[in-house]
Amino acid sequence: MSLELKNVEKKVGIETHIHSTSIKLEKNTINVLLGSTLAGKTTLMQIMAGLDKPTNGEIWFNGENVTGKEVQKRNCSMVYQQFINYPNFTVFENIASPLKIIGIKSNEIKERVGKVAELLKLSAMLNKKPDELSGGQQQRTALARALVKDSDLILLDEPLANLDFKLREELREELPKLFEDRDCIVVYATTEPQDALMIGGNTATLLEGKVIQYGKTLDVYNKPENLTSARVFSDPPMNIAEINKNGETFKINNNNVEWKSNLKIKDGKYKIGIRPHNITTYKEGKNSVEINGRVLISELSGSESLIHFTNGELNWVSLSNGIQSKNIGEETKLYMNIDEFLYFDQNNRLVNHG
Amino acid sequence: MNKTLNQKAWLFVIPVFVLVAFNAAVPLMTVVNYSFQETFGSNVFAWEGTRWFKEILHSERFHASLGRQIIFTFIILVIQLPLGIGIALTMPKKGWGVPVCLILMSMPLLIPWNVVGAMWNIFALPDIGFLGNSLNTLGFDYNFTQQSGDAWFTTILMDVWHWTSLVVLLSYAGLNSIQPAYYQAAEIDGASRWDIFRYIELPKMKKVLTLAILLRFMDSFMIYTEPFVLTGGGPGNATNFLSLDLVKMALGQFDLGPAAAMSLIYFLIVLLICWIFYTIMMKDEGRT
Repeated sequence: MSLELKNVEKKVGIETHIHSTSIKLEKNTINVLLGSTLAGKTTLMQIMAGLDKPTNGEIWFNGENVTGKEVQKRNCSMVYQQFINYPNFTVFENIASPLKIIGIKSNEIKERVGKVAELLKLSAMLNKKPDELSGGQQQRTALARALVKDSDLILLDEPLANLDFKLREELREELPKLFEDRDCIVVYATTEPQDALMIGGNTATLLEGKVIQYGKTLDVYNKPENLTSARVFSDPPMNIAEINKNGETFKINNNNVEWKSNLKIKDGKYKIGIRPHNITTYKEGKNSVEINGRVLISELSGSESLIHFTNGELNWVSLSNGIQSKNIGEETKLYMNIDEFLYFDQNNRLVNHG
Repeated sequence: MNKTLNQKAWLFVIPVFVLVAFNAAVPLMTVVNYSFQETFGSNVFAWEGTRWFKEILHSERFHASLGRQIIFTFIILVIQLPLGIGIALTMPKKGWGVPVCLILMSMPLLIPWNVVGAMWNIFALPDIGFLGNSLNTLGFDYNFTQQSGDAWFTTILMDVWHWTSLVVLLSYAGLNSIQPAYYQAAEIDGASRWDIFRYIELPKMKKVLTLAILLRFMDSFMIYTEPFVLTGGGPGNATNFLSLDLVKMALGQFDLGPAAAMSLIYFLIVLLICWIFYTIMMKDEGRT
């Protein structure tokens, strides 16, 4: 089983919503579409589902060209950011609705709904109506509706975005387990890099209607093909600076931070990408380099400290463990972990693949 | 914490009390006052107890106009609700058609009641009115000033023309508040157009439709100006609805006592039906 988009393009009027995209999703995988709002995640999903037709290109499912085949005939299910359930059906009837439409016998429906409800911890509320449930339970009901059908393709469009923090964490942990033993392709759209890392599987980074990179989630994270992909997959935003290489010495332009590395690349100008958690108030890793800065903002996020500072006309973001209190305007010294630097050439392509 | 007793707050409520007293309590109490007394000229009153109420409740004239009123309101609701929802469903959801439709739909609502009555009176005149003349040319024996069936037909047609838009606009607002994801989810499930209407659109429109039914019930149950101008309650008593009958009794015959009793009964009927209806419709809403 596989889902393949071949040169799929979507235009609405003169606007291009999806630039020519080719991507192949394999059986039994969870695929994360990662990108900010308006990156084209929803459009791409609707094309995959058959809710929307591509302007150009083809969609192949299991070696069959399904471009233009109606969504009802495609055995897929979808969960949305909003909690979409039939308002005057009970939870049981809601979960059963896709089965009823395809004409499955009532005792089998009962059994299958029971199983899915148990999996999603809904057994106790099968007789309630959606508006009597909490947001998390409503979304669980919607998930159950998607799971009960044994779909070949399950599309999840930011399913956790409308949940509060705790419920989001809880459901995010459960999600990969729900799909473990299923014979299907799961596509999960999100704006949060954290979601992609926790869900694992494969990730496609998207920006402005283009798939930037697609691969195993950790590969995409550790070895972004280019600067754009690295930026999409970094939250808080990645620090980027122009540098100069001369022999073994690397130096950031406009300031005096320099370090040595035996990276085998030509001398010249490069860009460097440093994730905020690789700049810390303490030394981390074997090789680190000092950077001085003036604190702009210092904020706590749980047990982590986010310090924004300026150095050499650039604003930097750092993320350290523990509570590191800094005063605004204070001169401070931080350490950057050299081994985690990402080097990009003038065409923004990653050069240190190693 | 000790609360200090502070009665000053009452001062702030006094204007509201005065306002409510003058626009509701005083007129209503005046009517109550009349309903228990016999009125003679030069401000002479005599206590009658509940006599007028008993008389009204047992009067055939009241039964007849109440019956007409109930039939009229029932027909109005049966026609206007499905028609209004139907029109709202076919209205465009985006593009230049939206403002055009909305303006067209709002137009009848902006016309004053007595103008509507006068318009339809002229429109339906059998000799010179466009509607009346056309119907007669087509071979129908149509004359709303002579035949009670035609009078009913014209009154109902006029009300449908005037007020269906209200149902349309409310339903349209209700439909537009349904997120597109609902339609997509139903499409993925393979739900039919009827299923979508029955299980998504109708439940999602429940609140605005409750409002539409209440408003249309109250307005049509208390209808006065339009039939007054169009038919004046005739021919005979054919379109003599409750309000028309009430005004005839109060200002035509100057029977202030019975008219006051009838107003109160009329008022209580409207209140009771609205309350029952609202309670039934909102039964499930309070549980969240």
